[in-house]
Amino acid sequence: MNVSYFPGCTLKTKAKELDVYARRCAEVLGVTLEEIENWQCCGGVFSTAKDEIASKLSSVRALTEARDKNQPLVTVCSACHNVIKQTNHAMANDADFALRANTYTGEPYNGETEVLHYLELLRDVVGWDKVKAAVKNPLTGKKIGAYYGCLLLRPGKVMAMDDVENPTILEDFIRAIGAEPVVYAMRNECCGGYVTLEDKALAKKKSSAVLENAAAMGAEMVVTACPLCMYNLKKNGGCDLPVVYLTALLAEALGLTDATHGCKEENNG
Amino acid sequence: MQRIGVFVCWCGTNIAGTVDVKKVAEALKDEPGVVFSADYQYMCSQAGQDMIKDAVKEHKLTGIVVCSCSPRMHETTFRKTAAAAGLNPYMVEIANIREQCSWVHKEMPIGTEKAIILGKAAVAKVNLNTPLIAGQSPVTKRALVIGGGIAGIQTALDIADAGFPVDIVEKLPTIGGKMAQLDKTFPTLDCAACILTPKMVDAGQNENIRIFSYSEIEEVGGFVGNFTVKIKKKARYVKEDICTGCGLCTEKCPQKKVPNEFNLGMDNRRAVYIPFAQAVPKVATIDPNYCTMLKTGKCGVCAKVCTAGAIDYTQKDEVFTEKYGAIVAATGYNPISMDKFDEFAYNQSRDVITSLEFERLTNAAGPTAGKLLRPSDGKHPHTIVFVQCVGSRCSHDAEKGKEYCSKICCMYTAKHAMLVRDKYPDTEVYVFYIDVRTPGKAFDEFYRRAVEEYGVHYVKGMVGKVTPEGDKLKVLASDLLADKQLKIDADLVVLAAAIEPDKSARPLATMLTASMDTNDFFTEAHPKLRPVESPTAGVFLSGTCQGPKDIPETVSQASAAAAKVIGLLCKDKLTGNPCVASSNELMCNGCSSCEKVCPYGAITYMDKEFRMPDRTTKLRRVAMVNEAVCQGCGCCTVACPSGAMDLKGFANEQIMAEVDAICK
Repeated sequence: MNVSYFPGCTLKTKAKELDVYARRCAEVLGVTLEEIENWQCCGGVFSTAKDEIASKLSSVRALTEARDKNQPLVTVCSACHNVIKQTNHAMANDADFALRANTYTGEPYNGETEVLHYLELLRDVVGWDKVKAAVKNPLTGKKIGAYYGCLLLRPGKVMAMDDVENPTILEDFIRAIGAEPVVYAMRNECCGGYVTLEDKALAKKKSSAVLENAAAMGAEMVVTACPLCMYNLKKNGGCDLPVVYLTALLAEALGLTDATHGCKEENNG
Repeated sequence: MQRIGVFVCWCGTNIAGTVDVKKVAEALKDEPGVVFSADYQYMCSQAGQDMIKDAVKEHKLTGIVVCSCSPRMHETTFRKTAAAAGLNPYMVEIANIREQCSWVHKEMPIGTEKAIILGKAAVAKVNLNTPLIAGQSPVTKRALVIGGGIAGIQTALDIADAGFPVDIVEKLPTIGGKMAQLDKTFPTLDCAACILTPKMVDAGQNENIRIFSYSEIEEVGGFVGNFTVKIKKKARYVKEDICTGCGLCTEKCPQKKVPNEFNLGMDNRRAVYIPFAQAVPKVATIDPNYCTMLKTGKCGVCAKVCTAGAIDYTQKDEVFTEKYGAIVAATGYNPISMDKFDEFAYNQSRDVITSLEFERLTNAAGPTAGKLLRPSDGKHPHTIVFVQCVGSRCSHDAEKGKEYCSKICCMYTAKHAMLVRDKYPDTEVYVFYIDVRTPGKAFDEFYRRAVEEYGVHYVKGMVGKVTPEGDKLKVLASDLLADKQLKIDADLVVLAAAIEPDKSARPLATMLTASMDTNDFFTEAHPKLRPVESPTAGVFLSGTCQGPKDIPETVSQASAAAAKVIGLLCKDKLTGNPCVASSNELMCNGCSSCEKVCPYGAITYMDKEFRMPDRTTKLRRVAMVNEAVCQGCGCCTVACPSGAMDLKGFANEQIMAEVDAICK
């Protein structure tokens, strides 16, 4: 099956791995990611200002294109996913916002596209059983801590991917590739995000709390879907616990590469 | 032609502030039929009513229009006035120029114009009014109380004390309700069982009270004074009249792994059980979901050991019908499910418990014999965190919790914190709160004692997250007053879960045609002046089914509801409402439209002989209205395609006359 795919800027620069493995793994699992044409940066963060539409128009265009192709729109990066899914929700539920955005783009769109995160693609479209069956190189015995961060799940009613307080989708993923999930308290807490630009100390505090907690609970590595989380955990985490992208882990399990050594330095900031 | 008097009320400044009452009286003076028009400061006062009576005599009035507040407020008052002056009370019409006019408008010219229009409409209606005579119906002198918690027990005891028979229908095998599960009660800390169980025994022994335990309401018919209720007595597989409550069967039953609902699943009971030692009726019940004999036909141990021969595996549910004059809803509450509050890890750790579970953990008859031990490992907890408002005052997320304050949690949490510190001085106890709300006699003093004498740490702020880690519960919280994030390693976390009406309340309300609010609490007829009556005549409200309340308030309301029931049962006959539907059988074609929409089952059909123009006779099926059952809602008049159905006092002709007057 073919789906529309929005990679996002970071996946073309610092997080190429996330992009490349996402495509290759999807092919193996029978899904072709069709990169939409002329996509633009998602804006990086969903503006909560009620009168702000400019930074969301890129998402609206991507969503419209997917709608015209009658395909769901798949994302990998947590931040892109968050912006696009929230924009889609606003287009469907906020008539004022939709009217202004549609007047601007000149193409009527009302939130018809289904936005899927790569994890949802695995869970709901491919199915864990099929993922399990495709695993050639199960990561048996590996203790992996799932790191959700904040953008992937929240706001819970809009993202609607999993229980925001007690999520399981990444743990299910870890199980599907044969490894053992480690559940720890800080897995859905913020890494510090963009605050690292302004207050390094605070970002360090947030990131190190995550990694220390994961390590204390016995995790041998931490898996994430978010380039910004990757950056913070690596640079500000103050701990040598490996952090890997979920697509890299999947690629290794599917026998496409050896990814458990973490990302190459040039690929994660 | 009618001779109509118009009386415009100022209601102090309530009406006169936004409506020029003199202008209204003046404008209505020349309406068709009006022979007298006046205004007065308070029409409902003695002087105002006398003014109406005098005018009736002096001007030989046949109809009255009072321009005043809502008819819900004073229609009855002015009908009585008219009756005292010798008029038929149904010749009075109220023009609501307060709630629907002066209160919603700000400018005098607009208010005045609307008041005049509303007055004209009422005059147009009175011109077509005819005297109505109310029928009478007898009163069945027996009351039904639905729910056997402290509310239902108190209501039943008070009604029985007044000499009227009363039945309690309780869905569980015993009466007692939530109060039976509590350990101590605030603010005096006397034990719940010590004050409740004597009342349960009283109810069980009172010759005016019958207790139908393990029973549910199936169907309610009839109307005030004459309810017919179908009650289903569920099969308990034990003959109630023979069982002595010795408990031998509950000791010998080999099925030992049944979660004990009385202890909220924190320990197990047998498949045949008596919920607790003080149960009333003290009779065993067999749980068909777990009994091996009932499921597979092999076992029969309880029947073998029962010396009284009370076990009966062949028992069936039994449905019977009773008649009642009044019905009291006392269906109570339950704590809400904690499933949507995963941030507190209730489903992840056994050491995160609700306050009701905490009651059982500190109760001498509970699963730990009153010792406060962690459910996970049976160890003594040292650091205990209480979280208030879990699901209460959740206005930002109505899907997750409740918008309202559950009212009892501040006090019982103070009680829990105090009891822990009293029994176990080696503990650190934290209470997280949004506000501490302690209105009530000796309530705030009680809370102050928890803080000042018992050293409970009260922290203003909410817990954001609880995470089980090893044998500890990591509690992340904010202290709003100190503007700090707190991290506490707790051994036990207690959640003050919001309370909600019992699930049985909604279907019951439908059967009773009693109204409910959006939270499924029963609505009272008036929030201030008729707080224990449902808007449905003959249905009364007792306890938490009407709204969250503590035990003192529940008992007060229970007795108030009993007083209202007694007032009703004292009467031999009830005067009905004459504003009921009537069918013009010459126009009725027997189509059944009215019967289908009637919510009260007041319409029946009969074949009636009609004489045709050619002197032959013909049998035709026509609708008949049972005036005692009809509540005058008017659904049938709208549904009737041939215009045969009409409502006395609200005839189509009268309503259209009002509309015409407004549109003129």
